[in-house]
Amino acid sequence: MQPQTALSRVGRLHTRTAWLILVALAVLALVVVPVLNLVVPPDHPLHMPGWMVTLAGRFLCLALVALALDLIWGYTGILSLGHGVFFAMGGYVMGAHLTRVAYDDGRLPNFLQWLDYSDWPWYWAGFDSFLFTLVMIGLVPGILAFIFGFLAFRSRVRGVYFAIITQALTFGGMHLFFRTETGFGGDTGLTNFDTLLGFELGTPGSRLALFWVSAATLITAYLLCRWIVTSKLGRVMTAIRDAETRLRFTGYDPLRYKLFVWVVSAVLCGVAGALYVPQTGVINPSEMAPPASIEMAIWVALGGRGTLVGAIVGAGIVNVVKTWATSAYPDLWLYILGAMFIGVTLFLPKGVVGVLGMLRRRRGGEA
Amino acid sequence: MCKTAWTHRWSLLLLILLALPGSGAMADTALDQAEERVEELDQDDDEAIEDQLAAVEERDLAPGTAEVLSRLATADRRELQAAMEDIAGLQDADALPTLFALQDRRLYYTEDGTLIIENPQDGSLREATTGRERADLSSGDLAQPRLTNVVRRTLRPTIGALQIFSDDPQARLAAADELAERPRPEMRDAITEALERETAAETDRLLNIALAQLDLDSDDDARRLEAVQIIAEVRANRLRSDLEALTRMDDDGNYLEPVAEIREAAAAGVEAIDRRARFAGFASDFVYGMSMGSVLLLAAMGLAIVFGLMGVINMAHGELLMVGAYTTFMTQSLFALFAPQWFQYYLIAAVPLAFVVTAGVGILMERGVIRFLYNRPLETLLATWGISLILIQSVRWMFGAQNVAVASPPWFSGSVQIMQGVTLSTSRVGVILFAIFVVALVWFLMNRTRLGLEVRAVMQNRDMAAALGVPAKRVDMWTFAVGAGVAGLGGVALSQIVNVGPEMGQNYIVDSFMVVVLGGVGNLLGPVFSALGIGVTTKFLEPATGAVLATILVFAAIILFIQWRPQGIFALKGRSADD
Amino acid sequence: MNALSRSLDDFRELMRRDQVFDLVNRSARNDTVDMSHGVALYLEGITKSFDGFRALDDLTLYIGDGELRCIIGPNGAGKTTLMDVITGKTRPDEGSAWFGSNMDLLRLKEHEVAQRGIGRKFQKPTVYENHTVFENLELAMHADRGLVTSLTWRLSGEQHDRIGEILELIGLTARRDTEAGLLSHGQKQWLEIGSLLMQNPRLLLVDEPVAGMSGQETEATAELLTSLAGKHSVVVVEHDMDFVRSIARQVTVLHQGSVLAEGSMDQVQNAPRVREVYLGEEE
Repeated sequence: MQPQTALSRVGRLHTRTAWLILVALAVLALVVVPVLNLVVPPDHPLHMPGWMVTLAGRFLCLALVALALDLIWGYTGILSLGHGVFFAMGGYVMGAHLTRVAYDDGRLPNFLQWLDYSDWPWYWAGFDSFLFTLVMIGLVPGILAFIFGFLAFRSRVRGVYFAIITQALTFGGMHLFFRTETGFGGDTGLTNFDTLLGFELGTPGSRLALFWVSAATLITAYLLCRWIVTSKLGRVMTAIRDAETRLRFTGYDPLRYKLFVWVVSAVLCGVAGALYVPQTGVINPSEMAPPASIEMAIWVALGGRGTLVGAIVGAGIVNVVKTWATSAYPDLWLYILGAMFIGVTLFLPKGVVGVLGMLRRRRGGEA
Repeated sequence: MCKTAWTHRWSLLLLILLALPGSGAMADTALDQAEERVEELDQDDDEAIEDQLAAVEERDLAPGTAEVLSRLATADRRELQAAMEDIAGLQDADALPTLFALQDRRLYYTEDGTLIIENPQDGSLREATTGRERADLSSGDLAQPRLTNVVRRTLRPTIGALQIFSDDPQARLAAADELAERPRPEMRDAITEALERETAAETDRLLNIALAQLDLDSDDDARRLEAVQIIAEVRANRLRSDLEALTRMDDDGNYLEPVAEIREAAAAGVEAIDRRARFAGFASDFVYGMSMGSVLLLAAMGLAIVFGLMGVINMAHGELLMVGAYTTFMTQSLFALFAPQWFQYYLIAAVPLAFVVTAGVGILMERGVIRFLYNRPLETLLATWGISLILIQSVRWMFGAQNVAVASPPWFSGSVQIMQGVTLSTSRVGVILFAIFVVALVWFLMNRTRLGLEVRAVMQNRDMAAALGVPAKRVDMWTFAVGAGVAGLGGVALSQIVNVGPEMGQNYIVDSFMVVVLGGVGNLLGPVFSALGIGVTTKFLEPATGAVLATILVFAAIILFIQWRPQGIFALKGRSADD
Repeated sequence: MNALSRSLDDFRELMRRDQVFDLVNRSARNDTVDMSHGVALYLEGITKSFDGFRALDDLTLYIGDGELRCIIGPNGAGKTTLMDVITGKTRPDEGSAWFGSNMDLLRLKEHEVAQRGIGRKFQKPTVYENHTVFENLELAMHADRGLVTSLTWRLSGEQHDRIGEILELIGLTARRDTEAGLLSHGQKQWLEIGSLLMQNPRLLLVDEPVAGMSGQETEATAELLTSLAGKHSVVVVEHDMDFVRSIARQVTVLHQGSVLAEGSMDQVQNAPRVREVYLGEEE
């Protein structure tokens, strides 16, 4: 593709209004938040405290997960209840790097000493290098997704069957990492990180930087997904969702397309996990618990499937409510979450964004 | 039409939400009381056997026994010991209460040599030989036999020796076990005597072992040979090292056992014992696997109906198990409060109750949510997950977040020896039997009732069935109710072997789905084979890999298996199954 | 073991350089079918059983190049299974199936069969409900089916014109931007036929094309199908005898998985064996 056409292709991802909104949001995240955090004095009502920056950064990571899930579920119709495993893989890769950096003086973490290792075992090799870690963040979830997806899609496991075996995947992963002998810290997981790329974690500057990177990644990922869904590939994906057999008899091989989208989705999820871990300071197997992965599905469903924006909105809404409810009314949280699951499926099958779109169209029709 | 359905949905949902915590508050206080009662009732059972044997009743002992017993009324420890040896020779279990009293320092004697036993509960005094109550005496005025360590050491085996003549088979078994472990030469005659009377196979075997062990050290070649042969025949694992010793040589190259014939018999015995041990290992893995598979099957059976027949992805299935388990807990509490005399049979009452209660919850789910989502399987999945969260939180609200104690009734605790070296707790055996019962029940419901006929009709061709006058929607509801009820039965079984808590169901959801997916949907045989297969495979893998890795490997194997047969073990082949 | 080797085959297939990196091989693969012998489809001795039930029993059938052939037969005669075998959905237990004289259909998967020029229309109309009519046709357009191509895909003016042509032909020009899910049953049927034509196939398999169509629509369909014959080979499975009579030159009657009779409509109708099967007449 020539540069010019490539540029015009990017331009066509959105209408002019949508681009304006997108740029405005990007400015808000990438410029306004840092200003509110660093420049506005702490006693000013508009000041954004560090913890809030980190919280927002974490939400952006979860929004990235929702985006990844929307790509595979909303557009391709393949519901995964196991995206937690890809998130956790990205997280563990980053956690492994942070652990090696924290123990760069030749000591070994306790959980490895208990396993009678005198040096880092082979599967810990390389994680002292940041570059290697970056590659692995994509590669580990990607390869896992490729193998699993290849097997599942090849035997044409679909719909609920696929959802169930993805759940088994993450369930198995959780058990594997719960074992101390697996060598990634057992049930406590990896924690006690102190620096990343030489910057001390937890300082206001690092917090802001991590937030900034998360925001930039989310925007880039959004544009990437947008590019995919607006291309012919996107139309093929939707066709797989709506009439896979028809597509097959039209000469497309759904296996290849599904596998591609599945792996992209898994890698995005892994990236989200990798960004999430330095902001929470811990990664443990509970990220792979099946309920965590199912919760991801409600982010997408609440926001609106097959809209990308909806996934981000949904992840935001659910997590803000969760943060508030689990501290204010811890007993009620499960009721709220449960009601969300039931309410959305019964009354809001198109999600918040779908309803907004419907309202707008209706108003447009009347005017 | 659309409008009414809309409001209908909301009102049902609200109703469910409101009803649960309300009833919880009421149940709370009653539960505390019930829990205390359960604990009391549970403890009562434990010491039953000893109490029974130690009880002193109004009755006359055989004159010989009475005479020997009365020699215990002495301060001289030499005399005491001699008396005890004679008692052991008596082979009369009636002497046991007196010996227990001696052991517990509850035995006294009057100046004229009458033995008196103190009742541990109320402190009343009775004559040992006649059982007459002696209200005129007080324990403070009476002398006691001196219970030195030497006496104590003789006392234990003496009690053991008498117990092998007891009328209680449990007591005899315990005594025989003790003898097989530490046989005493002086009790050889008692053992021979007991062997002649013994009818229980296992006790008989243990006594034989005890005897053979004694004879192994005998100087008589014939006896030694016979002992070796007996050991080989009963394959006594605990004597394997003794037999092996017989085949060894000492430092000078001489056989420890001079007679070659005995050496050969011993070698053959060792071989036989090893063979048996290997077989027992295999059998025990297999049986444990079967029992684990039965648990899986019980957990999955309800899902096999709901998912397998109706195609409803019920993520709240685990919570239906939990509801079943909590119903068991409630039944237990009710029995403890209102019918303590029937307490040990609460489990039997819990079975139908759990079925009805979970079926009721199932009907609420189906009417309130699921029926609006047929043909939208992924949405059903999410909505039922929401239901599961609400159920979990409601149970927490009602019963607290901690596990509740469900006591196994006495007839359901203990263990059963399936063969030598393979013992299974009664509850495990019970679970296997219960699984058979549940499968039979489901088979009966599906193949021998009107409902089953209608269910099969609706599942095969909904429109056709409806056209023929089958009320398809009602059938949906009842099918779901039956599926939920069967899950409740699974919950009853689980309550006996795992902890009962609000989150217990979550552990079973993935397993249950695996069972159904592997078994293939739409038939009952599939889940049976897949559950037992998963159970047995996991157990056989466990020694090599550890439990966790075994589970993971089995999951991986299932995913690979689906490659080979995407429709499960018992797939419906043909065109209908294609898309 | 078999499954494993099949996985390996698939894996190799997936890793084929020319397919993973479509850039290496941009043009659509050009395995043109060889019909120099005048025969489009050779089916010989095909047998397929499902759980002991013989859906196809030693079936032999030839379809000529450019021929329009109708296949009729009672329910369960094996018509749909026959379609499944040709399109790679079902593998027969025995027999051989060749497309032209150079393509072994039994070695190809569904999408490969389609790519090589066999189009299939289902009994129940299947269109992509959430795509517009235009997008439905675009997806069906004969072009490279590669993954990377699909990311950078743009329609050329020529391709636009082609879609316009087909829209005209199936009478949906006015509904170009309507979501296909909103079309009437008959319109969906037509859209599916249009999609089939976009694929530019050499052989069309059409399963009950006029089910649920009005009389007028049926007539139009008959006209379309007859006009296609010559350029394409067309196989029509249909229950509607009037429709078959209106289009058919050659008719094949299937019964219990094998060919009962073959010939013109009149010949077939008068064959005693056919009368026996259809009307239950004794010989």
